[in-house]
Amino acid sequence: MSRNKECVAMLLAGGQGSRLYALTETNAKPAVPFGGKYRIIDFPLSNCVNSGIDTVGVLTQYQPLMLNEYIGNGLPWDLDRAYGGVQILPPYQGKNGADWYKGTANAIYQNLQFINRYDPEYVIILSGDHIYKMDYAKMLDFHKKTGADCTIAVIDVPREEASRFGIMSADADGKIFKFTEKPKNPDSTLASMGIYIFTKSVLEKYLCEDAEDPTSSNDFGKNIIPNMLGGGEKLMAYPFAGYWKDVGTIASLWETNMDLLGDVPALDLNDEEWRIYSRHSAHAPQYVGKDALIENSSLTDGCEIYGTVRNSVLGAGVKVMEGAEVVDSVILDDVVVESGARVSFSIIDGNTVIGKDCVVGAPKNSAKEITVIGAKINVPAKTVVAEGAMISKAADLNKEGK
Amino acid sequence: MAVAGLIFSNIHDSSIPEFTTMRTMASIPFGCRYRLVDFPLSNMVNSGITKIGIITHNNYQSLMDHIGTGKDWDLARRSGGIKILPPFITAYDNSGSKLYTTRLEALMGVTNFISRCNEDYIVLSDCDGICNIDLSDVIAAHIDNNADITIVTRCLGDADFGIKDATAIKADDNGAVTEASAYIDGVSGEEVSTNIMVVNRMFLLAAIRDAAAHGYRHFFKDIVARRLGRARIFRYLYEGTFIHIASLESYFASSMKLLEADVRNDLFNVPNRPVYTKLRNSPPTRYASGAKVINSYVADGCVIEGTVENSILFRGVKVGKGTVVKNCVLLQDTFTGNNVALNCVITDKNAVICDGRTLSGHSSMPFFIPKGAMV
Repeated sequence: MSRNKECVAMLLAGGQGSRLYALTETNAKPAVPFGGKYRIIDFPLSNCVNSGIDTVGVLTQYQPLMLNEYIGNGLPWDLDRAYGGVQILPPYQGKNGADWYKGTANAIYQNLQFINRYDPEYVIILSGDHIYKMDYAKMLDFHKKTGADCTIAVIDVPREEASRFGIMSADADGKIFKFTEKPKNPDSTLASMGIYIFTKSVLEKYLCEDAEDPTSSNDFGKNIIPNMLGGGEKLMAYPFAGYWKDVGTIASLWETNMDLLGDVPALDLNDEEWRIYSRHSAHAPQYVGKDALIENSSLTDGCEIYGTVRNSVLGAGVKVMEGAEVVDSVILDDVVVESGARVSFSIIDGNTVIGKDCVVGAPKNSAKEITVIGAKINVPAKTVVAEGAMISKAADLNKEGK
Repeated sequence: MAVAGLIFSNIHDSSIPEFTTMRTMASIPFGCRYRLVDFPLSNMVNSGITKIGIITHNNYQSLMDHIGTGKDWDLARRSGGIKILPPFITAYDNSGSKLYTTRLEALMGVTNFISRCNEDYIVLSDCDGICNIDLSDVIAAHIDNNADITIVTRCLGDADFGIKDATAIKADDNGAVTEASAYIDGVSGEEVSTNIMVVNRMFLLAAIRDAAAHGYRHFFKDIVARRLGRARIFRYLYEGTFIHIASLESYFASSMKLLEADVRNDLFNVPNRPVYTKLRNSPPTRYASGAKVINSYVADGCVIEGTVENSILFRGVKVGKGTVVKNCVLLQDTFTGNNVALNCVITDKNAVICDGRTLSGHSSMPFFIPKGAMV
């Protein structure tokens, strides 16, 4: 028997994340590892569960294999439900042919059937690009109290960065009267966080109209929101003041990882009230050897450290051998840093081996750019990988190397 | 070849009363993030056993909390899966409703479970032995020998010095058991039962009924020893790492053994045979700027600001600034304030050690701080 769900979440997870280079070569951006034992998508998924939303559609398109496997039946997030729970929604073939998801709005439009199965009053649209902890239930309360048709979560950003975001202009009560995608001269500093709550009936109307419009790029920011403003609907800005970071670039991914460190981490994941859940790999505990030195770093299960680790975030099963040094770096699962190797200011993707006495990247104070090495690459002993190199396959090493 | 499993959760509780006043042997935490029951459970699951009963006696709330639906071991199944088997006492029994006291009586209490299984074989296991054994190999040997019972044995090591609570096993060249005796010398090299056994289910059922009819009470004395020469009883000598928890001192020594790479690899890093446990979704462990950690085994969720040497830290342990932890086993969510000094201390869960305290035991007599205590 079908039962009504008050609010259904739709998580846009089809993005390629091309600015993450090697990290998204065979992996969708939401499945990119973060913080040692998480993937980006753990954040919106955990936020949903912690906010009492138990029905989540995950819209996939680009390289979905890892994402599908990772989400599985939703067990790690308690989303393995008898009714509702998490469901993967890939593009499909319909009566009138097959379409890829043409834009964010089109992806939702193609899955109206999924939404309508649960007959929700509200739909929350999320993306798999951001690291933050947020109680969507409070935002939904705000949406209901203000009687809005659409509520957009906004965060105050520095004026010089405002042109990177969708910027809202709102009156004192939070009613939005203007929305501009990436404005050159922003007249407000309220940036859209890419989190929308819609009253379902209104959303459905605008999605259907948008689908009829051949000139539309079927995008929430470019089409749906401006159309709703033009249509006189009530759009409200919901202010959010906590930690929120877009991890769409190598630099921001690195920075956000570093926010887990320090005496009082900017992003505290040791939060009993708001746990972030993730799929566990059944690694053993971490072993710290007799000559190891670990300072200001985050380590997780399966790590074995015999060398030096400073200001770094290590994933599960990372081995740092005797005399090796990892500084100011983000190392993903099961990487081995052989003895004598030096890794500085770098991101190393999973299962890669950094051979003996390699030098990867340059010290942070002298280097301008982060060095990136992709997954499953065997870096031969004594290789020098220059600062800022982007290595996505072993052949790149000859070009970029010494 | 279908096999079911039975785990005895309370047997030997009395050997480590510090931990078992409030919990079963099975739910004693061990090795940063595990509980003793995780080892037999993982061994069974990794050998393809998906129907497992856990026989309980008393104090099994912590065990039920740990096992939950069994999903962390992939044992939340519609068919089979994990079942906790509490003591069976009928409301109309006026005989004083005594709980079982022996392994055989425990088996008698779960006759229903055994007779309702349709598997040909049952693996029995206790919880006081820690190993990562390939049970499918034992089962294959059992079938090869056309055995009724196969007892997994091991040779006592130096760490087992003085052990009394075990069954000595002697076998002929073919591995057929010739002697099973409760009186052991406890010397290094002596072969004893690990209490991991493979039995034919129908044989076990018949033996239990026979024992009930005769008023027998002891598994080894009355089922094994009485049938030597008549039933096909074999032993399987296990030569991998086997840690036996027999007392608080041996718990301490066994924990310290985890600092040896061979022991860790033999228990936790066996290809295709991971050890599963209840997940807690702890964040990674944060080593602060002033942290100094050497030769230690550390779980997730810790915050380390001080010095940790030769120690085992469970999930969520906090080590304050200026604090020095040496040769310690600190259980889940132990909190140490600033400038604390600990040596040879075992803390149970949620212990709090306030700023500036100095506590020291000795490896032969570790200092034990009970669950939730504040020093």
